[in-house]
Amino acid sequence: MLRLEGVHTYYGAIEALKGVSIDVAEGEIVTLIGANGAGKSTLLMTICGTPRARVGRVLFEGENITHMPTFEIVRRGVAISPEGRRIFPRMTVLENLQMGALTADPGSFDRELEAVFHLFPRLKERRDQRGGTLSGGEQQMLAIGRALMSQPRMLLLDEPSLGLAPLVVKQIFNAIREINREKKVTIFLVEQNAYHALKLADRGYVLVNGRVTMSGTGAELIANSEVRAAYLEGGHVEARA
Amino acid sequence: MTSIASNKVASEPGPALGAILREAALTALVAFLLTLPLVGLRTVESGGSVSLRTDFTSVALAVGLVFLGRIGMILNREGYPVPVLAVAIVIAVGATFTPLPGSLAYVVILAGSLVLGLQALLAIRRSRSTLSLQERDQRMDQIGAKVQQIAWYVGPILVAFAIALPMLPFADRGLLGVAILVMTYIMLGWGLNIIVGLAGLLDLGYVAFYAVGAYSYALLAQWFDFSFWLCLPLAGLFAAFAGLLLGYPVLRLRGDYFAIVTLGFGEIIRIVLLNWADVTGGPNGISGIPRPSFFGLPFDRSPDEGVTSFHQFFGLDYDATHRVIFLYYLILALALLVNLISMRLRKLPLGRAWEALREDDIACQALGINRTNMKLAAFMISASFGGLAGSFFATYQGFISPESFSFIESAIILAIVVLGGMGSQLGIVIAALLLIGLPEFFRGLEEYRMLAFGLSMVLIMVWRPRGLLAHREPSLLFSKYADRLRAGKPAGGAQ
Ligand SMILES: Nc1ncnc2c1ncn2[C@@H]1O[C@H](COP(=O)(O)OP(=O)(O)O)[C@@H](O)[C@H]1O
Ligand SMILES: [Mg+2]
Repeated sequence: MLRLEGVHTYYGAIEALKGVSIDVAEGEIVTLIGANGAGKSTLLMTICGTPRARVGRVLFEGENITHMPTFEIVRRGVAISPEGRRIFPRMTVLENLQMGALTADPGSFDRELEAVFHLFPRLKERRDQRGGTLSGGEQQMLAIGRALMSQPRMLLLDEPSLGLAPLVVKQIFNAIREINREKKVTIFLVEQNAYHALKLADRGYVLVNGRVTMSGTGAELIANSEVRAAYLEGGHVEARA
Repeated sequence: MTSIASNKVASEPGPALGAILREAALTALVAFLLTLPLVGLRTVESGGSVSLRTDFTSVALAVGLVFLGRIGMILNREGYPVPVLAVAIVIAVGATFTPLPGSLAYVVILAGSLVLGLQALLAIRRSRSTLSLQERDQRMDQIGAKVQQIAWYVGPILVAFAIALPMLPFADRGLLGVAILVMTYIMLGWGLNIIVGLAGLLDLGYVAFYAVGAYSYALLAQWFDFSFWLCLPLAGLFAAFAGLLLGYPVLRLRGDYFAIVTLGFGEIIRIVLLNWADVTGGPNGISGIPRPSFFGLPFDRSPDEGVTSFHQFFGLDYDATHRVIFLYYLILALALLVNLISMRLRKLPLGRAWEALREDDIACQALGINRTNMKLAAFMISASFGGLAGSFFATYQGFISPESFSFIESAIILAIVVLGGMGSQLGIVIAALLLIGLPEFFRGLEEYRMLAFGLSMVLIMVWRPRGLLAHREPSLLFSKYADRLRAGKPAGGAQ
């Protein structure tokens, strides 16, 4: 469904992605893990077209989207919940969700809204509250909900667990699984919180300094000693509970 | 200066007289140094030669007032606001009934006691409740919210008043002239508000579109003999086109860069008008711009052969006020049209997208919003309104020259928008009344308009950084949304 072929992305002279190739099949949950500054956000944003890949190709459902403007890419059925959530702080929850539906078919707004409220009942409780006054977890739910309002076929998630309490992280990841299973949305998830993310994933990649160094099924990567040493030991082990 | 006084006060209870006098004297010295060359010495032209005239009374008055004012400020600061308030009121009232040399003295005394009085009031309130800046902002936001609620009633009342104005007994030509001017700026403010308040782009060159509209109107009317009603929409179109031309390359820029380029564009237009003398008449401008007719009926005393004029048609006596009243209604209608469209736009997906752009540019991109097109739309709509206002200006004045379209106009319009509280329609009306209406009524104050501008801007920045009536009402509440659903209407989401 999504395919990156030897993608190089630059910020000026800095090469942030150094030939990344990734495949995401329809219906999968694919996780990419990497340390801070590895280029995870850059990778997601490159898929969306800002910044653009200077070398290589990005294909979505076989179509070359490397040089498309971002709004065109999003309209083809890719939605992103960006790093840092980026909800609209002065708008209410409902208005935020409405913004997500701006490019979607207006006729299906009610159904999508119902689906999002079903997924995150918390948002329904707080629908008239301003986005900026939500807790971090609720903001993340809102960011995901807003992305879903455009009825995407593929959802890109940039560190949804960042700065959230373990219990909330669990809720979020459960919701992601549900989105994938119930709504048949393909998920490409980028995380530092490797354990939960890999557990959730069908397959995973490891990104180090702009290069993919490892790939495999989620279970394989969790079992891998290098991955364990770099991303799982200390701090993440107790999360097994 | 401040530190001297506060240090003293920190060590002793109550204000130290010596420190207060020293601080006030220092301020007075600064005032003396400033006013001596600016007010005290004046060049007068007499019989071709220039000579110096001295005016030490004004200097002494100014220095004395500054001295007193500073003492008042210190007392306010040190916790004696009540006597300051009393003295300020006494002085203000006293000055109103005392003959003083020159209007400057009145302005300084009245403005000074106003500021001091306000400060004292604030100090009194602050001593009762210890509000932080944030709490105060919240409080003001609540006031803004309330004002917006009553705006629902005030708006129609104001419109009704505006419609009735020419029929009121005190409405003479002078008053209507001021009203037309204020209305023009309200229209410009509402127009610019689409770019600044709704789309969140700081445009420092709005006057460019005003100029394009005015010159399009004047040139079309002069060269092609088009009627006002044909020129008006064409001028709007030309201005929108100018908005497109400017917007396309510029909208990629962000923040400060954008502001500076728009500033430059405004100046470029003015300079082109100044130098393209073959077409625009250069610095001499264009005169004899045709006046609008009342749907074909001119407002002339004795119209050309075969033409019926307004007063003849309606069997009235000729009265020059007819034209003014007509122009007044014209600008009122135009302004209300702009208001109506902006209010409607806010609720449309386009308006929602603007609001989102203002809040978070990057998030918008992630949502598939075509930022360039959205901003371009804001630019073009706003520009066309500026163009309409410009063509009205041209037909009202009958004469235009590049002088009318200098940067200061952009600054005034922007001040109206910012002062009104970005995005508040009613706030813009109030700001336009304050900034345009007041100085027009008090002709003597006109020279000090820029001073008042500066002063009010500073006050706003200190007390209300987000503008007078900045408050955002959710445009969609779930309760209402659910009602609509229950009523069986398609809620239509983003529509
Ligand atoms: N806008 C930018 N300009 C320049 N360099 C950037 C920019 N954004 C990210 N980078 C650099 O690119 C690299 C990858 O960053 P990023 O994709 O944000 O990493 P991650 O999301 O994995 O933490 C980092 O070295 C970072 O400094
Ligand atoms: Mg990142």
